[in-house]
Amino acid sequence: MKNESLYNYVLRLGDDSLILGQRLGEWCGHGPILEEDIAMTNISLDLIGQAMSLLDYAGEIDGNGKDHDALAFLRFENEYQNALLVEQPNGDFADTMMRQFLFDAFRQPLFEKLVHSSDAQLSAIAEKSLKETRYHLKHTSEWIIRLGDGTEESHTRAQKALDNLWRYTDELFSETSADLSLVTSGIVPSMVEIKEVWNKTVHAVFAEATLQIPTNNWQFEGGRRGVHSEHLGYLLADLQYMQRAYPNMKW
Amino acid sequence: MSNREWPLWEVFIRSKQGLNHKHVGSLRAPDATLALENARDVYTRRSEGISIWVVESNYVHASDPSDADSLFEPSDTKVYRHPTFYDVPDGVKHM
Repeated sequence: MKNESLYNYVLRLGDDSLILGQRLGEWCGHGPILEEDIAMTNISLDLIGQAMSLLDYAGEIDGNGKDHDALAFLRFENEYQNALLVEQPNGDFADTMMRQFLFDAFRQPLFEKLVHSSDAQLSAIAEKSLKETRYHLKHTSEWIIRLGDGTEESHTRAQKALDNLWRYTDELFSETSADLSLVTSGIVPSMVEIKEVWNKTVHAVFAEATLQIPTNNWQFEGGRRGVHSEHLGYLLADLQYMQRAYPNMKW
Repeated sequence: MSNREWPLWEVFIRSKQGLNHKHVGSLRAPDATLALENARDVYTRRSEGISIWVVESNYVHASDPSDADSLFEPSDTKVYRHPTFYDVPDGVKHM
């Protein structure tokens, strides 16, 4: 392998997109209203498109001839490096919007920085994904504000979603020593910078939404090193079934 | 939980520079911001537009279909209103 640090970094980006895209796609046909059903599946397809580019690139770095399909459909659970946040179940609409908002607020500054990566391919993928992510963040911010500052029921549900999902946010910013070497060579940004921007975004939106950030600082981690919650296995069973049952099937 | 339905909005899309916004359909949304976002998601998925207008349907005043005869039929017999009686010189472009 040419560059194992870069491979893992790109794979992680791809896995976050893939798993969240698959999760969001579960809403297809079940959205609370037709317009939002389409909005969520649009976002899902954006994420799956990002996953295709990122996983293809990871495969290229790996040099073993694996394309996005091989990486998406034919790995075991502990080989996925997505953050725990993105594999969490959809729950109700507030849970889904909260998960998406916390993620989008992280992805936008990350892609903004990755546009300036010294790695041309990563920069190009970031540039395309950034446009999509800006819209996702705008859409989910609007929803968090309306749910939080809406009815008593919507406020209660949005606060419950935040209380539940906050524990998965630190992991988004975790960095391995291999990542730090990529930072030094100007390929990826430091997560410290990304977290600063993320903090500003979430504080501003939650203030407008009248939602309280939990004071409990306990945080989960594990996804980045392949240790997942029980939810990922079921998601992968859905995702991988066809390729596992009918290898190399295309349609 | 509230059972009130969100208001209906009419969506107008401009397909490219210089063309008018055209009515493409309607949707439901709680307010103008989300109506624009929903319009983007529902009506511009296949690169249909570069600009969106949304108008709350309440504000659209429509002609009464039962008046159609008196409103529109009279013009059917006024062929002289169409500029079809002029010879266009060969050199004129963009007619």
